[in-house]
Amino acid sequence: MIKELVILSGKGGSGKTSVAASFASLAENKVMADCDVDAADLHLIIKPEVIKEEIFTGGSKAFINRNACTICGKCAELCRFDAIGKSLVVDTLSCEGCGVCAAFCPADAIEMKPHQSGKWFESQTRFGPMVHARLGIAEGNSGKLVTILRKRAKEIAVENKHELIIVDGSPGTGCPVIATVTGCSFVLIVTEPTVSGIHDLKRVHALIEHFRVKSAVCVNRYDINYEKSDEIAAFCREKGIPLFGEIPYDDDVTKAQIAGKSIIGYSSGPASEAIKAMWYRIEKEILTEGV
Amino acid sequence: MDIAIASGKGGTGKTTISMSLASYYADKEISVALLDCDVEEPNVNLFLQTIVDEEVQATVLIPAVNDTLCTGCGKCGEICYYSAIVLIKGEPLVLKEMCHSCGGCFLVCPEKAISEVKRTTGIIELGEINGIKYAGGRLNIGEAMSPPLIKDVKKYYPESEIRIMDSPPGTSCPVIESVRGCDFLVLVSEPTPFGLNDLKLAAEMARAMQIPFGVVENRASAGNNRLRDFCKDESIPLIASIPNTREIAVRYSRGDSVSYIKEKFSDELEKIADHISREVNGGTI
Repeated sequence: MIKELVILSGKGGSGKTSVAASFASLAENKVMADCDVDAADLHLIIKPEVIKEEIFTGGSKAFINRNACTICGKCAELCRFDAIGKSLVVDTLSCEGCGVCAAFCPADAIEMKPHQSGKWFESQTRFGPMVHARLGIAEGNSGKLVTILRKRAKEIAVENKHELIIVDGSPGTGCPVIATVTGCSFVLIVTEPTVSGIHDLKRVHALIEHFRVKSAVCVNRYDINYEKSDEIAAFCREKGIPLFGEIPYDDDVTKAQIAGKSIIGYSSGPASEAIKAMWYRIEKEILTEGV
Repeated sequence: MDIAIASGKGGTGKTTISMSLASYYADKEISVALLDCDVEEPNVNLFLQTIVDEEVQATVLIPAVNDTLCTGCGKCGEICYYSAIVLIKGEPLVLKEMCHSCGGCFLVCPEKAISEVKRTTGIIELGEINGIKYAGGRLNIGEAMSPPLIKDVKKYYPESEIRIMDSPPGTSCPVIESVRGCDFLVLVSEPTPFGLNDLKLAAEMARAMQIPFGVVENRASAGNNRLRDFCKDESIPLIASIPNTREIAVRYSRGDSVSYIKEKFSDELEKIADHISREVNGGTI
C-alpha cells in the first residue's frame, strides 16, 4: 500500500521545506509532492526538470457584455464580495465566481468564464519524480490544486511501483492544509521552541487529530531555548505524540539552502546527522512496520 | 492610515515587525490599532499579552431550508457553484463548510423556502494594552475558509490614526483579504533563497493589487547582498534592515523580541514609519 508522509508545521518558517528536501535525498523509491502551492520553495533545492505542464482552472470569473448591459446595477447590488462596484466593472481579484450576478442579470449580459488560476507540473529530479505547482498571484482555490497534486502523485507512485509519497505542506490550518491532511497516512510536524511555534503546533495538531491522522513531532533549532523544547516534549507526552527528532541550530542549514542543496548532501554536521537519525526512525516505525 | 505587514514566506518576522511598529507609534502617542489577520495561526497576542476584554463570535451566513415550503425543485443546487447545497432524494442538504455565503440559493428559491442563518467560524478577541488597541481573529480548527473572518477583523478601530494588519504568509486569498484596501504594504523578508523566492511572489502580488510597498530585510548578514540587489534591480525601496543575531532569536523564542528591537533598532523602526508617512501622507504622520 502506498504511504503518504506529510510535513507540516502550523507556523511558517520552522523548517518544513529543509526537512522535506533532506528526506528527498534520504528516501528511496518515492514521489515528491510540493503542496505549498502558495509559496512553493522545494524546487529551489530539488531543481526539477519539468516534463509536463498543466493549466489549473480553479473557478470562474464574471464578465459583463457591455453591448447587452442596461446599467441597471442589479449585479452590484447582489454581489456579496464587493466585486462589482458602482461603475459596474468586475474586480477579478474580488470575484469568487459564485455566478449570482450572471443568474440574476435581467439583460442576460453576464457570462461566467473559466479562469486560469495557476499551473502544475510533473517533473524528473535527481531524487525521483516530483509534482509541484504555481498558484497564480492573488488566486484562491489552493485546496483544489493541492488535491490535484496529491492525486497525480499517487498515480505516479502506482506507475513506478513506488510505495512512498513525501509531501511538503503549507503553513496555517486552513484550506490548503486541510486538503493536504485529509486521508494521508502520517504527518510529521516540524516545530520550533518559541512561544509562537508551540502555539501553532497545538493548533495544527488539533487539526490533524480532527482528521484522525497519526503524527509525530520534530523540534527544529531545539537548542535555541531548552525550556521551550521541554515544554514541547511535555505537550507531546501529554497527547501521546511521539517526539521523533531534535535538530540543533546549525549555520549549515542556511548555507546548504544558499548552495541549492539539501543539508544531507551539503554537510555531515549536527543538523544533518539529527535529520538522518530521524529519517531512520520514520523508516523503521512508520514505513516498514505500518501505520 | 492602514498598513499591512506581509511576507510571502512564513517565519520571516512579520509579527515582530507589526508589534514593534505598533509599539513605536504608541510611544509617540499616535492612536494605533494592531489587527491580527493571520487567523489560522494568530500569534500577535502571544507577544502583546493583552488581557482580552471581549470575545466576539465571527459568523458567516449559510442557508437553512424550510422543509414544509420546499418542493424539491432543485434550483438551489443548480445555482450553487460550490456544491454546498445538493439534492438528495428530492431534499436539499446543506454542506455548510463548502458554502461561500453568496446568497444564490436564497435568492433563487421560488418558494422562499430558504432563509439565511449565522454559522460561527471563529472568534475575534478585543483588548487594549500600552496604548495599542488589539483585535485578533482565531479561526476554528477544521474550518477551511479564513477570508470572511479576516474581513470582520478589519472592521475594528476605524477611528485609529494608524491600523496595522499582521497578515498570514503566502500570496493567495487570505493574504489578499488582509492587504486589500491598505495604504501601504511592508514586506518582511530574509536574504535566503526561500526568502527571496517568496518575496518575488509577494512583490508581484503588491503590484497586481496596486498598493505601494517596500521591503524590510530581517536576519541580514554582512556580505549577503542578495536581497539588497534584488530590491535595487526591481526598484523596490529597501526601507530598513535588522541583523541576524542569536540574541534576537533567543528573545523571540521567549516572546520578548519586541522590547529588544525597540531598544537596539529604534532607528530602523523610525525609518519604516518615516518612509510610510512620506509615501502615503506626504510626511504628516
